[in-house]
Amino acid sequence: MTGPAHADTGAAVEVSGLVHRFGDAAAVDGLDLTVPAGEVVGLLGPNGAGKTTTLRVITTLLPVQEGRVTVLGLDVARSATRIRRRLGYVPQQLSVEGALTGRQNVTWFARLYDVPRRERDARVDELLAAMDLRDAADRLASGYSGGMIRRLELAQALVARPDLLILDEPTVGLDPIARDGVWDRVRRMQQEHGMTVLLTTHYMEEADELCDTVALMHRGRLAAVGSPARLKADLGVGATLEDVFRHHAGVDLAPGSNDTAEKKGLRDVRRSRATARKLG
Amino acid sequence: MSVAVAPPRASWAEARGSVRTLASRTGALSLVELQKLRHDHTELLTRTVQPLLWLLVFGQVFGRLRAIPTGNVPYLAYLTPGILAQSALFVAIFFGIQIIWDRDAGILTKVMATPTPRQAIVAAKAFAAGVRGLSPVVVLIPVALLLGVGVTANPLKILLAAVAIMLGSGFFACLSMAIAGLAGTRDRLMGFGQVITMPLFFASNALYPIDVMPTWLQVVSRVNPLSYLVDALRGQLVGTPAHLTVDFAVLVGSTVVGIVVAGSLLGRLVR
Repeated sequence: MTGPAHADTGAAVEVSGLVHRFGDAAAVDGLDLTVPAGEVVGLLGPNGAGKTTTLRVITTLLPVQEGRVTVLGLDVARSATRIRRRLGYVPQQLSVEGALTGRQNVTWFARLYDVPRRERDARVDELLAAMDLRDAADRLASGYSGGMIRRLELAQALVARPDLLILDEPTVGLDPIARDGVWDRVRRMQQEHGMTVLLTTHYMEEADELCDTVALMHRGRLAAVGSPARLKADLGVGATLEDVFRHHAGVDLAPGSNDTAEKKGLRDVRRSRATARKLG
Repeated sequence: MSVAVAPPRASWAEARGSVRTLASRTGALSLVELQKLRHDHTELLTRTVQPLLWLLVFGQVFGRLRAIPTGNVPYLAYLTPGILAQSALFVAIFFGIQIIWDRDAGILTKVMATPTPRQAIVAAKAFAAGVRGLSPVVVLIPVALLLGVGVTANPLKILLAAVAIMLGSGFFACLSMAIAGLAGTRDRLMGFGQVITMPLFFASNALYPIDVMPTWLQVVSRVNPLSYLVDALRGQLVGTPAHLTVDFAVLVGSTVVGIVVAGSLLGRLVR
């Protein structure tokens, strides 16, 4: 693979003036964001802040309605396929094919990303081992736990060695041990391969633990950006990211952390339950 | 890296490349569909019950009535290919549910974020519908033979009939996926499916010849791809005069159009 195309600007993702509306409601409302290459950047914000919509524009799943977005030096409005080739994406829902084994699930994505045939098996094995799924590799994914499914999804997203890994709420709904397992693997893969990671979360610990930079989003805009340490230090000794968020946005970050009252949240919950049923 | 417009000279190579990508992605996704099918034996069996009833009950009774002019072909022999086509239609017309299901499970979103053409996603589902459309044949043909229908033993003719069934199922699956793209939800898709299934079936030559229909119905029947599937099957399996070239041209053409249209509507599902 040739050198990263974004080397000249040093940014893996550049978003300027992004607006995205669903009907009359603006989910993203004038967002400016730079994701430096090689960093782990977290988009932090409550439900409905526009995090997932932003990710979907960056992953080329949603069109750019207004503003400009470049990913790895390429304009998403014009070079969607070229961007997709260099992107790994794990959506919020646990989504693997339960009727396939873990190995089949990863091999499938290796094919979709054109991993050369002679490298394919070795690459799939390598990823399954890195995600600690070697023993379960030939069992149906329908028997996997939530943590295992998420790790399997990381294997799928990483099998083509992407330059940019995008994770939408990677540990939502996982127990603390499974969460640690996911964080651990993301960090290790990032250190080994030097890729850029962009994730969304509404967990404080996740942002603190994983991210070099956090971007606080509120009502479709950027409220503050910086390293977790600096953002907290700016507020004074003993401040938490929660305090930082309250300071910049004037509201709590995660009222109860599982606020499902709004429509989109409810739909997601229904979908996750349906997925859980399907996976058995 | 600049995003300069590609020089026109490169467009042929690009077109070849995209055809290759389309083929290899369709292959990868079809393989997954086959792997999924292996865990789905009950469905294959339950799907044969309804067409069996059509053959055993409807076919036997109407065969005795001799109410339908089928020339020198016994009614049961006339009906058998129609019921095969019908079972393919019934399997395929709700296939869009699978796309909606994949969307709801987050799988469609993930696949669409990979460098995979939308048409490959649709084509692989159409292929899966084709395989499912074929499965009732394995039960229905032996039953038809037991009932005394003279089904061909020529392997080439059987192969052509199988290809026709796969194409027909593929087309109706694409129609269903296009509706899924427009309808967006499972409930609405089911509703549309219910509404169009029976008209598609009755406005075809599956149960009776086109000649006995009123003129307006003849027109509908002639634009209905199901009629061409039935014609091809009848010609191959029980040896009635058929129009193979036209039949296959219509089936291939409508499947290709179906893949393109359904593929272009797919993006609506992940917005």
